[in-house]
Amino acid sequence: MTSFFQNLGMGYDAAWFTATIAGILLIALPLMLAVAMIIYAERKLWAAFALRRGPNVVGPFGVLQSFADGLKVFLQETIIPSASNRGLFLIAPIITFTVALMAWAVIPFADGVVLSNINVGLLYILAISSLGVYGVVIAGWASNSKYPFYSAMRAAAQMISYEVSIGFILICIVLWAGTFNIGGIIEGQRGHVFGFINAYAFNPLLFPIAVMFLISSMAETARAPFDLTEAESELVAGYQTEYSSMAFALFWLGEYANVLLMCALNAILFWGGYLPPVDWAPLYLVPGIIWFFAKILLMFFIFAWVKATVPRYRYDQLMRLGWKVFLPISLFWVFLVSGYLMFTGHFA
Amino acid sequence: MTSIAHLIKTFTLWEFVKAHWLTLQYLFKPKATINYPFEKNPLSPRFRGEHALRRYPNGEERCIACKLCEAVCPALAITIESEPRDDGSRRTTRYDIDMTKCIYCGFCQEACPVDAIVEGPNFEFATETREELLYDKAKLLDNGAKWERAIAANLAADAPYR
Repeated sequence: MTSFFQNLGMGYDAAWFTATIAGILLIALPLMLAVAMIIYAERKLWAAFALRRGPNVVGPFGVLQSFADGLKVFLQETIIPSASNRGLFLIAPIITFTVALMAWAVIPFADGVVLSNINVGLLYILAISSLGVYGVVIAGWASNSKYPFYSAMRAAAQMISYEVSIGFILICIVLWAGTFNIGGIIEGQRGHVFGFINAYAFNPLLFPIAVMFLISSMAETARAPFDLTEAESELVAGYQTEYSSMAFALFWLGEYANVLLMCALNAILFWGGYLPPVDWAPLYLVPGIIWFFAKILLMFFIFAWVKATVPRYRYDQLMRLGWKVFLPISLFWVFLVSGYLMFTGHFA
Repeated sequence: MTSIAHLIKTFTLWEFVKAHWLTLQYLFKPKATINYPFEKNPLSPRFRGEHALRRYPNGEERCIACKLCEAVCPALAITIESEPRDDGSRRTTRYDIDMTKCIYCGFCQEACPVDAIVEGPNFEFATETREELLYDKAKLLDNGAKWERAIAANLAADAPYR
């Protein structure tokens, strides 16, 4: 895009700057729209799983429900508890929201369509998604209220626990793809299984960690069955309890942007990202971005499906699953994958 | 042997697969709920909804200010004041129902000797402020005018069982 602005008569620096800003807007604004629609879709899905109808009044079939909710929240008063730490209280949702958007910089939407094609894209995503917990912890601390504080403690422990196994899962993928670059990982999946299926997930050695990554990403985004940070039966609304108005909305947007990011990561790392499912020429006529979005939506359907099905874990069960099950298995799998790759001469 | 079966079940997430298969079947079942604001469930003629003060067909108020409803109201939601009118008949000058107190027990319409105060079929009278729920006589008579046909039909339908 830089060259496009250069052709308009700008210098390289100005063109690069304009192109980057345009790219950020092109990602962030549709992402916000997607979040609004995805919240609606999720509510409809839960409703359908529970034999209900879900939002059906605002707009045709209720599609504008999220915008109505957004407007309502926007018109509400921002209440800042007098006991809270004002500065931190207000900065926490901003951190959550910003960090949720930042990771999208390295996500390729189609072949070469990426804001910043950096070589350590996967490490960048890991780093950014780890930062996300700061928003939650700061919110819980700054609220100066007991339930948000409990929630923040839980969130910190939970995200750290599952990031460990996510790290090892990513190492397996990186070993196999031989690169940290996300575009490179996607290209590595071209014809990966039997020479024509474009997905790591159909590799028998990688399928178990695909499932583990899916579960871990639910834990990482504090979704059911791991939504202990906002367990309404115990903690009111968790770290959001004291929040209202736009600060609350920013938490919601950030949360769902994170969920979408995790769906995108699942799609990219294991299901071939923007590649069609099968390496067959006519399928490449469909633009990569459509395949990518279809895969994200499929992952999101699974997220909603799980949330509609399973009850919440107990806290000790959550910790047990993270440290005593996922960590050893993922560690073993790093060993297994690297051993396999060594004996088959992959590194040669 | 059972422990091996248990191990296999655990690692294939068998219970989760079964549970998700069950919920997936529910996804495609017909909805149990109605499309509420656009379609509504049928109501019994005895349904006790929003109150209304009725009039006779000639336009005269039915209420004779006997205050039986005020006396019977368990929630003390009704307040009545009355004066003789110029033609000598006794009528209310004030008839208030505090809808925030009302428990919709229907004792008022049971007590009424002239079927003046009735609970109609309307249940969609949510308001944005509390004050709007403090109904006065004008509001109740207005309700009566608005819902008279439905109320009369319900009373007629229920009459054989009273």
